Amino acid sequence: MWAIAIRSCLFISMLAAGAAPVIAQHEYTSSEIEAGRQQYAANCTRCHGPDGDNVANADIGHGKFRRASTDEELVQLIRNGVPNTAMAGMNNISEPNAKTIVAYLRSMAATAAAVAALPTGDAARGKAVFESKGGCTNCHRIGDVGSRAGPDLSQIGAQRRSVELHRSLIEPDAEIVPANRLIKIVTRDGATITGRLLNQDSFTVQLLDAKDEKLKSFSKSNLREFAFVDKSTMPSYKDKLSTQELSDLISYLSSLKGQAQ
Amino acid sequence: MIRRTILLTLITAASLQAQVSYERILRAGQEPQNWLTYSGNYNGQRYSSLVQITPENVKNLELQWIFQARSLEKFEATPIMTDGIMYTVEAPNNIVALDAATGRVFWTYNYTPAQAARPCCGRVNRGLAILGDTLFMATIDARLIAVDAKSGRPLWNVAVAKPESGYAMTVAPLVVKDKVIVGTAGGEYGIRGFIAAYDAKTGKEAWRFYTIPGPGEPGHETWPASNNAWEHGGASVWVTGSYDPDLNLTYWGIGNPGPDWNGDDRGGDNLYSCSVVALDADTGKLKWHYQFSPHDEFDYDSTQVPVLVDTQWQGSQRKLMLWANRNGFFYVLDRATGQFLLGKPFVEVNWASGFDEKGRPQRIPGMTPSAQGTLILPGNQGGTNWYNPSYSPKTGLFYIPTWANYSSLYVKQPVEYQEGRNFGGGTPRPTTPTGIRTTVNNYAKEDEGYGAIRAVDPHTGQMKWQFKMTDVTDAGVLTTASNLLFSGGREGYFYALDARDGKLLWKFPVGGRVISGPMTYSLGGKQYVEVAAGNSLFVFALK
Repeated sequence: MWAIAIRSCLFISMLAAGAAPVIAQHEYTSSEIEAGRQQYAANCTRCHGPDGDNVANADIGHGKFRRASTDEELVQLIRNGVPNTAMAGMNNISEPNAKTIVAYLRSMAATAAAVAALPTGDAARGKAVFESKGGCTNCHRIGDVGSRAGPDLSQIGAQRRSVELHRSLIEPDAEIVPANRLIKIVTRDGATITGRLLNQDSFTVQLLDAKDEKLKSFSKSNLREFAFVDKSTMPSYKDKLSTQELSDLISYLSSLKGQAQ
Repeated sequence: MIRRTILLTLITAASLQAQVSYERILRAGQEPQNWLTYSGNYNGQRYSSLVQITPENVKNLELQWIFQARSLEKFEATPIMTDGIMYTVEAPNNIVALDAATGRVFWTYNYTPAQAARPCCGRVNRGLAILGDTLFMATIDARLIAVDAKSGRPLWNVAVAKPESGYAMTVAPLVVKDKVIVGTAGGEYGIRGFIAAYDAKTGKEAWRFYTIPGPGEPGHETWPASNNAWEHGGASVWVTGSYDPDLNLTYWGIGNPGPDWNGDDRGGDNLYSCSVVALDADTGKLKWHYQFSPHDEFDYDSTQVPVLVDTQWQGSQRKLMLWANRNGFFYVLDRATGQFLLGKPFVEVNWASGFDEKGRPQRIPGMTPSAQGTLILPGNQGGTNWYNPSYSPKTGLFYIPTWANYSSLYVKQPVEYQEGRNFGGGTPRPTTPTGIRTTVNNYAKEDEGYGAIRAVDPHTGQMKWQFKMTDVTDAGVLTTASNLLFSGGREGYFYALDARDGKLLWKFPVGGRVISGPMTYSLGGKQYVEVAAGNSLFVFALK
């Protein structure tokens, strides 16, 4: 959730060092940025990665563009591509949609500061934090290890930005992806079950019981209560891990791109 | 407080027991409420000991729910059902987890096969295997994929063979101990078939058995020394094998040699095409084989599920294998040794007159494909095909979905091997009007190429009864301990027969071809019967 409009000019001087000068002429609204986030995820993440730093010499998540500087130039670059490179023109992205991607790119750089301030992370150490001190496998699963009660993190590095992982670790309630919501139900005979909502329709609900990890289906007419759990069940790691450990953990999570299709 | 409770419960969740252990699969017959393998259990009998639905009350079956697949391909999969969750495949290769009581979807795993995939005879899939909390699917682009049964997330995905060379997989895998066993299709494209086992945890290949032996291996001499026909000789695997835990042998039916209809360049018996092979389940080493159709030129794949039966045979207890083959003969073999015990035609046959004492068919001279065409019974689709038969220990009868009085005109043509291209070498033309796929059926004569369920006494090979259909059938058969038999056909009915005499007890117009084997399970004290028809999956239970 992006609660505030980003003044794109604010961060340019901070993050564009060493790259072509970034000249942004616009101020973007949170809805534009959110639309751009979705466009970016659908069209850009596969090559550029969620942090925008997968392609050498084109760290677009930090405002480092080699062949464009103004917002208009970026829009044209997205739609026309770069000849003789893997960056193909994406005519299917309309100009207004391309503009939202630019809005999102500008916002990425602005919001990367929290992670940029962390010490350099080490993925191997982060794996150890994940499996021991962090206790993360009690709720999360990577590959075939860990619980299914929380979101599976096998491909989290291909899906989420470092800054988003950081925020989830220190402020778990700040944003809960809808598909990751827990629901609590109470059946007419008094049984209480909490689990991950998998599917529902007007008459039934399907969930993964967080306790026994079984797939369960209920008729809504047999339920006394049916509600989402407001707060995340994940603890904040703000005071539980050192900044170094947090950075290691984020490095590890960012390295998880999944192994299978 | 809720939060604390949830946290505590989440922590205990990590030490959960795996869902379907090997021991459970081994004893699947003892938990008939579930359906844990393609055939229901290792013996391939498609027989359930559930008895709530009986010949007396089957008329009270009513539809419980329908799952409509988002696929226009043929729906050939038999689901797995364990502990209330049904897992099936939307063709070609999407896995769906359904609530077995309501049909509502828990999750789907969508897989897009490579464009190079070109399976003969439909972009289909016949089902899944499960071990622990992991599902296994063989894909039409010849990959084996492991998926978490709770979440639908992929765990590993390995290449079994190259789709560019014509390899494909439509088989439901077979789990034995810690391995997942699959076989490759592609016999119409000049592959060299194989069966391979993969570590269930990692996807690493554990063993491989080529269904065409290479130079220096026994059986290689059944291919010409003068050319490389063996390298493109086909010998596919289309359906799931069986397993005898006492003998530790896994049995698989092997498909036709290639080119299908022109054997001129592949003189010899062409092992192990059109055979059953008995492999050590740990090593893949061949223990024995029996070839049903040496040097086949009629596309008579031995693409059947081996049915394992322990019973009396001529006065002593024997470990038997029953097999109704595409070539029109019903066989009884000793599954410990491969010894031929009986071979009798179950449909009209004109390519062989009988067998010698070792079980080699005695060919009728002149009955081979020719340039002008030769009329052969059974025709190209066979007396039966990949759809499963059933054996009921209760009635002692073996039930075969049959194409009766059906022939093809086999025309032979020259063909040269080109990687990934069709390697048929001829055209089999149906001479009886079968294969009807329209909604009308007004040009077949009575008793000409009709479908039937035929009940055969395994001790004699004699037909006890038959249930005739107007059109032919691609439906498998399920039997139960209450003497019920469930099947369907191309006409779009799902029906129940009395397994003792073939009398029709109940039918339901599912409105699409039944091209799968029915299965049954029980939940909350209620027995369900499942069948896929058209593009949907139907589930019935008593009112």
